[in-house]
Amino acid sequence: MKTEAIGKSYPAVEYEVGKEKIGEYARAVGEESPVYFDRTAATEAGFRDVVAPPMFAVVYSWGSVALPAVDPDVDLNFAMLVHGGQEFVWGEPVCSGDVISTVASVKDISEKGGMGFYVFETVSANQDGQEVVRGTWTNIVRGVS
Amino acid sequence: MNVELKVTPDRYLPYRYAGASGDFNPIHIDREFAEQVGLPSTILHGLWSMAQVARACTNAAGGDPRSLKRLSVQFRGMGFPEQEVAVTGSVKEEGDGRVVIAAEAAQGDNRIIRNAEAELSPQ
Repeated sequence: MKTEAIGKSYPAVEYEVGKEKIGEYARAVGEESPVYFDRTAATEAGFRDVVAPPMFAVVYSWGSVALPAVDPDVDLNFAMLVHGGQEFVWGEPVCSGDVISTVASVKDISEKGGMGFYVFETVSANQDGQEVVRGTWTNIVRGVS
Repeated sequence: MNVELKVTPDRYLPYRYAGASGDFNPIHIDREFAEQVGLPSTILHGLWSMAQVARACTNAAGGDPRSLKRLSVQFRGMGFPEQEVAVTGSVKEEGDGRVVIAAEAAQGDNRIIRNAEAELSPQ
């Protein structure tokens, strides 16, 4: 297994959050609260605009976490890959109109019991520099030794 | 605080979730491809299942998305469309306006998310 990519980070990827994209995501995961769909309901609840469900983090982080995943220095074997685990730690809520900037890095690459563990971290911040989410993505590759 | 949610993803849910999330991995949307790589059929997106755990925990805290501070999960068994997903969880620690929930998601005996831990701060 190649481990020299540990600690490597990638250029920031920007994502501009749209009201209809939040609604599309919220419907796909079964969210029903009007704060995800209706501007008036969201602002009455104290949000700046229609707010994204917490797990919308996967939408604005996706382009960023793809960078280590396809990096030849990381050398991830997609054919044997499973998504083993995921963590998100949330900060400032994400609302329609926000521009989210996400930086991915390789937190760890290790081997245990013939399986490779590739751990990527993403840190996302909004246009005011406030951290909105920190994600830890654990990918497991079977049969590395 | 009790965490409980039941939801049955219909057969077209993985297509809607692929479009909503951007994850078009063919194991979720192409039955022929899924069978070629040794799966019994297309499988649910793990992050959709994680979103059900997030929703169950947020709802238990009153429904405000600001109450969910942290969620970590392990993906294990594969989930399938057209089978009920049940999320269950209970309080592990509580104090100082903060609640830690231990949860899991299962389809019958098939546990698709294990060792989920959510930190909530009810608003």
